[in-house]
Amino acid sequence: MRKYSVFAVAREAMRAHKGWEAQWTSPEPRSQYDVIIIGGGGHGLGAAYYLAKEHGITNVAVIEKGWLGGGNTGRNTTIIRSNYLYEESMDIYEHSLKLWEGLSQELNYNVMYSPRGVMMLSHNIHDSQVFKRHIHANRLYGIDNEWLTPEQAKDYCPPLDISASARYPINGAALQRRGGTARHDAVAWGYARAASDRGVHVIQNCEVKAIRRGPDGAVTGVETTKGFIGAKKIGVSASGHNSMVLAMADVRLPLQSNPLQALVSEPLKPIFPCVVMSNTVHAYISQSDKGELVIGAGTDQFNSYSQTGGLQIITHTLDAICELFPIFRRVKMMRQWGGITDNTPDRSPIQGVTPVPNLFVNCGWGTGGFKATPGSAHLFAHLIARGEPHRLAAGLTLDRFRTGRLIDEAAAAAVAH
Amino acid sequence: MLLIHCPYCGEDRSELEFRAAGDAHIARPANIAAISDEEFADYFFLRDNPKGLIYERWRHIHGCGRFFNAVRDTVSDKFVMTYKAGEPKPDLSPAPGVAPALPADSRPVETYEATEGRAE
Amino acid sequence: MTGANRIAGAGRLTPAKTARFSFDGRSYTALAGDTVASALLANGVHLMGRSFKYHRPRGVVSAGPEEPNALINVSRDTARSQPNVRATVQEVFDGMKVGSQNRYPSLSFDLGGVNDALSPFFAAGFYYKTFMWPKQAWASIYEPRIREAAGLGVSPTEEDPDHYACRYAHCDVLVIGGGAAGLAAARAAALSGASVILADEQPELGGALHFDTGAEIDGQNGYAWAQKTARELVGMENVTLLSRTTAFGYYAQNFVAMAERVTDHISRPEANAPRERLWQVRAKRVIIATGSIERHMVFADNDRPGILLASAARTYLNHFGVAVGRKVGVYTAHDSAYEAAFDLKRAGVSIVAIIDSRMRPGEGLLEQARSLGIEVFTDHAVIATSGRLRVASMTVVPNGGSAKRKFTIDALITSSGWTPSVHMFSQSRGKVAYDAATGRFLPGHYVQDCVSVGTCNGTDDLQAILEEATAAGVKMAAESGHDGAAAATPAGRNLFAWTGGMAGAAYGAGPDDSVKAFVDFQNDVCAKDIRLAVREGMHSIEHIKRFTTNGMATDQGKLSNLHGLAIAAEALGRGIPEVGLTTFRAPYTPVTFGTLIGHARGDIFDPTRKTPMHAVEEANGAAFEDVGQWKRAWYYPRAGEDMHAAVNRECRTVRTSAGYFNASTLGKIEVVGPDAAAFLNLIYTNSWDTLKPGRCRYGIMLREDGFVYDDGVVGRIAEDRFHVTTTTGGAPRVMHHMEDYLQTEFPHLDVWLTSTTEQWAVIAVQGPKAREIVAPLVEGVDLSNEAFPHMSVAEAKVCGVPARLFRVSFTGELGYEINVPADYGAAVWEAVAKAAEPFGACPYGTETMHVLRAEKGYIIVGQDTDGTLTPDDAGLAWAVGKKKPDFVGIRGLKRPDLIREGRKQLVGLLTKDPNIVLEEGAQIVADPNQPKPMTMLGHVTSAYWSENAGRSIALAVVAGGRAKLGQTLYVPMPDRTIAVEVSDMVFIDKEGGRIHG
Repeated sequence: MRKYSVFAVAREAMRAHKGWEAQWTSPEPRSQYDVIIIGGGGHGLGAAYYLAKEHGITNVAVIEKGWLGGGNTGRNTTIIRSNYLYEESMDIYEHSLKLWEGLSQELNYNVMYSPRGVMMLSHNIHDSQVFKRHIHANRLYGIDNEWLTPEQAKDYCPPLDISASARYPINGAALQRRGGTARHDAVAWGYARAASDRGVHVIQNCEVKAIRRGPDGAVTGVETTKGFIGAKKIGVSASGHNSMVLAMADVRLPLQSNPLQALVSEPLKPIFPCVVMSNTVHAYISQSDKGELVIGAGTDQFNSYSQTGGLQIITHTLDAICELFPIFRRVKMMRQWGGITDNTPDRSPIQGVTPVPNLFVNCGWGTGGFKATPGSAHLFAHLIARGEPHRLAAGLTLDRFRTGRLIDEAAAAAVAH
Repeated sequence: MLLIHCPYCGEDRSELEFRAAGDAHIARPANIAAISDEEFADYFFLRDNPKGLIYERWRHIHGCGRFFNAVRDTVSDKFVMTYKAGEPKPDLSPAPGVAPALPADSRPVETYEATEGRAE
Repeated sequence: MTGANRIAGAGRLTPAKTARFSFDGRSYTALAGDTVASALLANGVHLMGRSFKYHRPRGVVSAGPEEPNALINVSRDTARSQPNVRATVQEVFDGMKVGSQNRYPSLSFDLGGVNDALSPFFAAGFYYKTFMWPKQAWASIYEPRIREAAGLGVSPTEEDPDHYACRYAHCDVLVIGGGAAGLAAARAAALSGASVILADEQPELGGALHFDTGAEIDGQNGYAWAQKTARELVGMENVTLLSRTTAFGYYAQNFVAMAERVTDHISRPEANAPRERLWQVRAKRVIIATGSIERHMVFADNDRPGILLASAARTYLNHFGVAVGRKVGVYTAHDSAYEAAFDLKRAGVSIVAIIDSRMRPGEGLLEQARSLGIEVFTDHAVIATSGRLRVASMTVVPNGGSAKRKFTIDALITSSGWTPSVHMFSQSRGKVAYDAATGRFLPGHYVQDCVSVGTCNGTDDLQAILEEATAAGVKMAAESGHDGAAAATPAGRNLFAWTGGMAGAAYGAGPDDSVKAFVDFQNDVCAKDIRLAVREGMHSIEHIKRFTTNGMATDQGKLSNLHGLAIAAEALGRGIPEVGLTTFRAPYTPVTFGTLIGHARGDIFDPTRKTPMHAVEEANGAAFEDVGQWKRAWYYPRAGEDMHAAVNRECRTVRTSAGYFNASTLGKIEVVGPDAAAFLNLIYTNSWDTLKPGRCRYGIMLREDGFVYDDGVVGRIAEDRFHVTTTTGGAPRVMHHMEDYLQTEFPHLDVWLTSTTEQWAVIAVQGPKAREIVAPLVEGVDLSNEAFPHMSVAEAKVCGVPARLFRVSFTGELGYEINVPADYGAAVWEAVAKAAEPFGACPYGTETMHVLRAEKGYIIVGQDTDGTLTPDDAGLAWAVGKKKPDFVGIRGLKRPDLIREGRKQLVGLLTKDPNIVLEEGAQIVADPNQPKPMTMLGHVTSAYWSENAGRSIALAVVAGGRAKLGQTLYVPMPDRTIAVEVSDMVFIDKEGGRIHG
């Protein structure tokens, strides 16, 4: 792999960039791999990379139905944070955040991790109780998260309306300074390039049609649109389509696929320095490096694979955004789109073994998958290589739905009296 | 925004009047106190997540208030039918050799996003 | 005169009406009906913007919404400052201020232009390869610089004073686009009797007939026919004709969203007029007649100001009466540019030469050119242009050759053909199909009840278009139940076919990868960038788009997508259909947030719920807190009191005399029917059979998973009638939960549920003097302990009003809750206040309520529990009927993790230093010296200064908490560690005698 650097760019500038090689190869599949990962998003590509790098397993294929990074990796609002409440969540998201901090250097690919701070707005006493519970838990766990007064919040994000006459006035905010954003495509491409460099096969436009199992029940490979491909182990990481893929191995999981929408505005000169979220009014917003306001909307209430959603979801989000930031009412929406999130009953992921030997699953990341990408990929690689979860992912098992040991971050923010 | 036919009101109304209420035809076990942990987890958590026809419940919450069932295509979001709670699950699978009962464009044969980036 | 380039006798604007406007501080005159672009062109101004990345000087390219370059800022005043407006769409009004964007210090001299010189470094995707050293520098050094250079317009900095309207509409047939096809279709549908909405984005209908003066319909000029037809439609009762209205989104089930520009073209709009209006239309059938968009030629330096689309030049001439130059060059691969050249020539403009990349232009064109004295070079290419702020020359060679000829020009018009606008069709989730014969993507498989007509459907001949559109109008009307009079099909004739042309790079785009041949003007994407993307392994069109940003600008690739696709296909050695299109997404053109929001701002953003006593409380100086949508009185400060002092006084008063409290927000549900008790047995963990009429019981409700869902007091009014109360926040979901079970799981039970939350106003009177205060107001109930003990309920009259009177307490004091019909709430509240006064009793708010209940260890579901606590965790195991065969949650409760040892349990906490009040949400540990990550045992759920206990008190959930009574634990705060002792949850009146008064 040719190293990327400012010097390489300068050299290429002198010769019309003729010298760049393909970032990843597009090989024909081999007949047999040690590991096949189904799903060429950030999690799947990252897992392949870490399998090769940290576990010495290089006979690996990532099989993607469409184009890599084309699912939720390329459709999200790129927010990164780790200030969750439960230890299981803090473990995995903080692990991920630490990996984000060095990911550009790790992959030699600028993923533009930008710790510009994620600020979560508190609108009432109940919010502030919940946020302080998070802040204290985070602090004692070694994760940064701090309480801001409304004035401090306004200093941090000047477009914010903190007037007391607002319909949902702001009584404070929780700020994670290390939180921020990254460039979504770059994550998929960076992992694909680095994995490809270590011998991983990235196979696009290849749809898995069936999962084959041997007499002992263990997986033996997959039938695809490019024929049968053998595998000793299979990892499934297909976000919104996990249910469909797992059904091929007769595995049913507590997953529901819902549309999640987002939109961007036309590009503006820098006006919005951080990421702001409000759970009470359902909105989150940041500004991309291109200048677009990137706004996350809510989930439609029903199951759908349509990758679109109702206009009323978008408008409700904009209602909320413009209540918080009234100066944006004249700004224009340039593009809206939808992704398919797979959600578990407790809205926390499932990463673990399945009832089928050598079939592993990484699913249920819901609306939080992007921020988890490096951490999830790293731990998923461990799971596949060792056959058992990493310590940091030990709580994410499927068994919790039997025992009742859920990781329910939303329940912890119970509705107020 | 979806347009939903309430089988009680007999009207097509906007989605804003309705609330989705999850999968249909999942009966609470009569002997619920006696079932195993696994059975309880299956009953309470496991749901079909089909790409295609889904049998689901809606409530006309800002209308007559009734819960009813619907068959909807999760790819096109188009409703195939709605019917009252308690009515049997309609069998929409075509008999062998018989054309499907659904209009052609609501059959879950091709998906929108599968063809994204690939024109025919 | 309104500009040197206005051609006398050309165009449709009247010279009589003029408007003054300024551009970058300089004043210009426009004619009424001018766009900013046409007015500036009339005044000889081509330079209107700077590109996004290289900050190259740019002129207007188009005459429509596809404009990528001429983005401007339009303002009436400082608060009405609108960035990123397309100059080709914005109509001039008198007094408007127009500013250019993305330049410093000025449009003609922009320091950002240095990027252009450095452009060899700034190849597509270069930022992925650098800016990685040192590690922190991306966020601190590189990113801020990049952000400063990027972005286009400047965000408004004041709140928008304008308002916006919205309308929902239903119709039989919605027609999108009011060109020849849309008008014919709308007319046919309307004559059939269907209700029709016709929406068009321009001020006047006509679409391409604006410029295509060669088109004739029913024997008259096409544009005149369009105006006549529009007038006819306006006169029909079943037609709504909307101009300046852009259909921008096509959603499921024929739901189409449209934005109408109402006042942006008016100098002094009426104060009550909305700026824009959102239409949300549900149509039985939709006819898509969105026309086509012309593409530019892709060749070296094709982005200089003065280089624009041929159809745009024709629009500026034929509609606005403006010549885009005096010495105009033409570079084309399509016949339609000839028509533009001919029109310009006839208007007196010198056509320097027509350069046609094709060997063979359409029939008769060469002869016509010759007769007009225009030189045509077929099979030639423009390989270079010059001119910094305005094109000054073009250099021409034979295709594949090298013999250069240089022409002096002041404008260059280009056309490579027309792209059918399949945006709305594609948004409807129809699948486009590639028509290899004509090299176009056309509507293929339909998914919704719609049809495409006209050039967006690949229909080329005007007569065929009118026939297709008329037939579609009739058919769509019939399908929506109308088969009235059939319209005669108009007869039409046009001069050029819309098909043909080329997509991709022309010869002048080089094989040389240093040539800047622009594909996407705004985002500065050149042909070489797309080739680079392919070289780097980007083989999917989505990858190419994202890597190069082609098609991601504000025009969303209206000009660039097909070119980009063709160049990628060539580089990949694949056919265009194998490479495929990127997805069309809403909106078709950008939509103002304010338009989408409509009225939903301020108080209408979300309803505010106020209790019947709100005004009285407000008058009494109450401070309010938001609880969900409710405004609740928080505390009642007296002169000189802060919140702390007020709450302390209120707490003291309640326990020494009495207080009264507005509990109206509590959820209330009337449960009625022969099986009411049986139903409650299933919904609550408690047993209700044993509850006698006239008595109350505290009940808890679980979800099926065994976690506490809600709680409240339930009174049995009669054998078959219960008055259920819920938490304030829980009321709607509890009602939903109960209805769900009643309708779908327990439909055999004969029970009716009615939400009565807003029917009853509730006044709680609590304290040792409560009986003395309440008694004089009550008729028909003996309030003595014997007759009406704790947990009683009776129907009575209070202040002469029918009431339900509860003897209940959430303070641990003797207490009553008076329920009266909401309309009487304020009057009874005032009567209670008057009766309370002699006892020194006072009103108290939610904060005092919280303190008083915590002093007694009464929990608040949602604060002390959080959706992960079982009844046992909350110390409420006593409320779970052990012998009940079934209730919701019975099985969930028994799951392994819910019955394990060491679960978090609610306990009391006493700080070792009684003056320290813990912080709610603070975490609890056993070993304060443990290094991070520390083991957290639980957290503080409630913490207050208890004036009555004379110390701080707290409730907390602690792992294995009840087994830790008396133990010392720690609450580590940022500045200190607080030692606490685990206690029971009752801090006042441990024996509980006071409640029985």
